[in-house]
Amino acid sequence: MPSLLILIPLFGIIILNAFSKKMSEAAAFWFAFAVFLAQILLSIFHHPVFWAGHLDSLTSFFNVSFSIDSLSFIMLLCIGIVSLASLLVARYTLFNEKEKFKFINLLIIVSIGMSGIVLAKDLFTMYVFLEVTAIASFVLIAFNKDAHALEGAFKYMILSSVATILMLLGIALFLLFSNSTSFEDLRSALSQYGTNPLAAFALGLFICGVFIKGGLVPFHGWLPDAYSSAPAAVSVLLAGVVTKAAGIYTIMRVVASVCGFTDPIKSLLMLVGAISIVVGAFAALGQNDFKRMLAYSSISQVGYIVLGFGVGTELGVMGAVFHLFNHSIFKSLLFVNSASVESEIGTTDMNKMGGVASKMPVTGATSVIGFLSASGMPPLSGFWSKLIIIMALWQNGNYIYAAIAIFSSILTLAYLLIMQRKVFFGKLLHGLEGIKEARLGMVATSGILAVILIAFGLFFPFVFNALMVPLKGILIR
Amino acid sequence: MSGESWNLFLMFGFFVVILLAAGLYCILITRNLLRAVIGIELLVKAATLLLIIIGYVTGKTALTQSFVITIIVIEVVLAAIAGGIALRVYRHNNTLDTHLLRRLRG
Amino acid sequence: MNIDIILLVLMTLAALWTVMGRSLLKATIGLAVTSAIITILMFRLDSPMAAVFELSVCTGLMTVIFVSTISLTKPLTHKEVVALSKARMKRFWYLPLILILLGAGLSLIKLPNYFAETVISGIPQDMRQVLWNSRQLDIFGQIIIIIAGALGVVILFEERRKDEW
Repeated sequence: MPSLLILIPLFGIIILNAFSKKMSEAAAFWFAFAVFLAQILLSIFHHPVFWAGHLDSLTSFFNVSFSIDSLSFIMLLCIGIVSLASLLVARYTLFNEKEKFKFINLLIIVSIGMSGIVLAKDLFTMYVFLEVTAIASFVLIAFNKDAHALEGAFKYMILSSVATILMLLGIALFLLFSNSTSFEDLRSALSQYGTNPLAAFALGLFICGVFIKGGLVPFHGWLPDAYSSAPAAVSVLLAGVVTKAAGIYTIMRVVASVCGFTDPIKSLLMLVGAISIVVGAFAALGQNDFKRMLAYSSISQVGYIVLGFGVGTELGVMGAVFHLFNHSIFKSLLFVNSASVESEIGTTDMNKMGGVASKMPVTGATSVIGFLSASGMPPLSGFWSKLIIIMALWQNGNYIYAAIAIFSSILTLAYLLIMQRKVFFGKLLHGLEGIKEARLGMVATSGILAVILIAFGLFFPFVFNALMVPLKGILIR
Repeated sequence: MSGESWNLFLMFGFFVVILLAAGLYCILITRNLLRAVIGIELLVKAATLLLIIIGYVTGKTALTQSFVITIIVIEVVLAAIAGGIALRVYRHNNTLDTHLLRRLRG
Repeated sequence: MNIDIILLVLMTLAALWTVMGRSLLKATIGLAVTSAIITILMFRLDSPMAAVFELSVCTGLMTVIFVSTISLTKPLTHKEVVALSKARMKRFWYLPLILILLGAGLSLIKLPNYFAETVISGIPQDMRQVLWNSRQLDIFGQIIIIIAGALGVVILFEERRKDEW
């Protein structure tokens, strides 16, 4: 029955497009709204009828087994929330009816792609849905067809294709000694041939490909251009889930289910994570454009996730996944606010902004919550996830990495505070007297996302038991 | 694996690596956007060739053929979209040369 | 074995022609020839279905896509072409050298055969059964990609009827 998560949106798209003359944009909007809301609700309340039950008529025709464990649930939740946020932002930033219709269709396709990645139990299926997500995001980035966006989309396309090739080569080499590409077969094959140089090479190729997709240093070249030049709603989607579902989730799944936490893998992950944190933080300091700074900040935060995951202990994995969830929420919040500001002021250049919060109070307040959560200030949820990661590093004896993490936390706080003061507080710049608060839909979206951040921070013990502890099950013993 | 099929695999693998190098060189050196897309296509063909030879050598031809068919579908869509984006870039700037494009934006 | 080696060398030459071809059209034709040779190789390697697919789609459809895209972009004037191709030749002549060096280096590496004898079990399965029965999610993914591709093409290729803004 989880296949319905993929089948229903697909049939929806087919029906919407078949009758596209008669369907208005509103029908597409509410259909997408319902689908994403259903996905959120289903991943919060694990109703056994949906997740474990079988529809006989469906099984006879579509007999696939899905990977349903707590990691998939959390990812599905992230996908649902961020897609919903992107949908609402799109409603108020795109202007043409027909454009909105096509945008919503593409948005549903990206969501299907990511849900497919998360639910797949087979390496090649994961690759196929990764391509679905990638192709839909290329078109989304180039949606407004302005020069910057086209260049960003093209650069992303080339690097993503190179990543694809690397993954394909890895999969092909895996087939030399494994029966198929499903996770169990790969696991048993790797346990038999693990020390074989060819096997290690195949794994290395695959992981390099996934690093490119996830925007980790040194393969992050496409990320700032793609994030900053994409239209506002697409930036929300990209920063919130696409990079994470495509890149980080894949690493987590491959390490947790296929090859296990061997020492070289752990060292590699921790090294790449730490480098990403530092490079992202330093690069974000010097940016003048709001969205570009947020893009480099994303690289930095994703470095935290990979660093925490690379530790390999239960605490590390829990911290990493929780930080993944938090980053989806607060990065989407920040991008939604940048969309509000952009729709009112017309630019994303920070030098042209100042004192915005006096005219846009809700946007300013929610941005403050987003920034504080990103820098790890208690009692917001970002604080807990960073704390768990640092604790996991300390417990494991990696004192240097823990020090790097703490230092970069301070750096993050620094640049975010500078930005916050520059854009939202301080004196109101000259040309900005006429702006008002952004439209209700966008304000409501940022409000809800901020509430989620506060709630997850305040009710942390409950969150810990409900979401984090089940994650223990995904690690191979 | 028998020695003969291993030699066959090595021979094909050698040419696959050469194809990969050619495609990678094409992407890195070219100044024309469309030629970069052709380079990507060459890389993918190298990957499909590797899949096929591994399928033959280990006897799993059915599995690898399914993979190759899926990959070909994905590649066609990618080529179409890449062509579309290159076309848009051309319509904006009247050129497909990356050096000229960089100079335009400053 | 001999035919395989000849075919592989021909394929490499076709790939070289693709990369170094002077105009985009020659590169596209080189790509089509490479696809055709790969098709023949696939036939020899017991993969007829994949070969047919590759022939019809890669050699046919993709060439059509590339040629139509190339024809929609205006060609350069003759002087520009000559100047451009001279500059290009200087950069691209490194490729055959690199390939020969790479080939020489690779042939020195001898990978020993680690893997145990794999028994080819039973009747070789028919590809159609494998694709339909155990790889349904992939077929699903293909459908979604085709829809995404169609949407993308519609979005990207539409003529601008309003003025530039």
